[in-house]
Amino acid sequence: MMRIPLSALIGLFFTGLFFLSAIFAPWIAPYDPSAIIGDFWEPISWEHWLGTDNIGRDLLSRMIYGGRTTIFVAAAATVISFTLGTTLAFSAVVIGGWVDMVLSRFIDLIMSIPTLIFALVVLSVVPVTIPVLILVMGLLDLTRVFRLARAVSVDINVMDYVEAAKLRGEKTMWIVFREILPNALSPLVAELGLRFIFMVLFVSTLSFLGLGVQPPDADWGGIVKENKEGLIYGIPAAIVPGIAIAILAISVNLIADWVLSRTASLKGGRNG
Amino acid sequence: MIKLVIQRLALGCLLLLAASALIFFGIEILPGDAAQAVLGRSATAEALANLRAEMGLGRPAIVRYFEWLGGVVRGDLGVALTNGVDITSALADRFSKTLFLAFWAALISVPLAIFLGLLAVRFRDRWPDKMISAITLTLISVPEFIVGYVIMFFVAVKWQLLNPLSIVTANMGVFERLEAILLPVLVLTFVVLAQMMRMTRAAILNVMESAYIETAELKGLSRFEIIARHAFPNSIAPVVNVVMLNMAYLIVGVVVVEVVFNYPGMGQYLVDHVTKRDVPVVQAAGLIFAAVYILFNMFADIISILANPRLRHPK
Repeated sequence: MMRIPLSALIGLFFTGLFFLSAIFAPWIAPYDPSAIIGDFWEPISWEHWLGTDNIGRDLLSRMIYGGRTTIFVAAAATVISFTLGTTLAFSAVVIGGWVDMVLSRFIDLIMSIPTLIFALVVLSVVPVTIPVLILVMGLLDLTRVFRLARAVSVDINVMDYVEAAKLRGEKTMWIVFREILPNALSPLVAELGLRFIFMVLFVSTLSFLGLGVQPPDADWGGIVKENKEGLIYGIPAAIVPGIAIAILAISVNLIADWVLSRTASLKGGRNG
Repeated sequence: MIKLVIQRLALGCLLLLAASALIFFGIEILPGDAAQAVLGRSATAEALANLRAEMGLGRPAIVRYFEWLGGVVRGDLGVALTNGVDITSALADRFSKTLFLAFWAALISVPLAIFLGLLAVRFRDRWPDKMISAITLTLISVPEFIVGYVIMFFVAVKWQLLNPLSIVTANMGVFERLEAILLPVLVLTFVVLAQMMRMTRAAILNVMESAYIETAELKGLSRFEIIARHAFPNSIAPVVNVVMLNMAYLIVGVVVVEVVFNYPGMGQYLVDHVTKRDVPVVQAAGLIFAAVYILFNMFADIISILANPRLRHPK
């Protein structure tokens, strides 16, 4: 029987809560997120659990829909960076030679420019839409996944069973997906969580800078941008998305920690 | 060892060159058109053609790249598309302001991070360690701009201790300027501190768990002697590496923090011109940020070469 530690349970609970509210946003949100239903920056009340925003929309409804956008963009970008990053890295290792060399050096080059700066340079010419945003974030973050996946698979690639598969005459793709991937999965799953958090922070930062999700839609970063003027007058609406981001990030971190420690103990004693 | 250092320097220069090409051609191959981006969708064909000619977009990209690069080397970054201002002079002033901000943030956060890292190692798995790691985990889980607004909200608005916006003017004295940038410095410090402290802790723990530390303990050396003679010299390289890596984080942090506090530095300038789709300015500012990042990474590598006795005295 598998025992889940308390910290991981807390993480799973909150992560689940965020994902469920993202999926079921239209049913949960008490108001239309773009309808003006009151005065601007109304305080917390029974009608509006989190008050209203800078032009009188219900903040809770906007937070639920905003979380939907944030989680969707972050998850989609993570999927891109993961599938491409791991496939490229495993192929590079299995093929080896100059393919590995060229790919690794190119990844080093992209990583030599800070991700945010690179994203800003790219976003200065392309139209900022959600698919473009997902693609840019996914491609830029692929470098980190490539590095990790390459480091993990280099060790696996020299194992006897991979050697045996190669001698059997298996194709590169077969070796990548049937031999390397299953054995590299556990460290990669833990990394998946961390990449997802990074994507959440990344898209929030871009939206906050006005270069991410464009109005009238808003993700959590956009909600901060909309409500930042209120802070000067002592209205904490802009801090609400921050709390949501922090709770989501910490919960996913707790799960990643648990996955990592489980795989570590698995290696320690397989029979235990 | 000198050979290694020279190799690393050469690699740094090569990387800089490659990064400049990446920034230039990256924009070239993307499906957007710089002229269209500046003028917007409603622009007439004539206006577009004029602007394209003005920007020299008709000529091959490779020629324009070398012209641009030649200009960068001579300190000429071209003129901004949106208002025709000379980019070099506009950036120089903002760069010094950003440096001023980053310098103070580094000055406070580096010693503090190393001290806290040591403290966490000294009281490993006891309450000071646990408290420090809980706080730093929270800090790295929150985007920089939220840290900024939370601090602004409490320090400047609720408790009225400082001015929420950092207005720095030319005729301010050093102390007035410091007071104006205190909030952004505080935020940057927090952002960098969390990462740096966690990495310092890991680096020192790694050294403390080495076999030679155990040998020194078994030999009966005092705790102080172990740290001073064995742990400290071996921690220099990893800790310097951590510090340099985080100076690179500082560069990204500074972009966001400047926007939060409306501080007229490089970061705000960059973001502003990305919104205006002013490609020459974005290229120039992006290149400078990338260059600083590459230089920090190069210094980190060189210092760890110098700090490693095996590389210093090759057999």
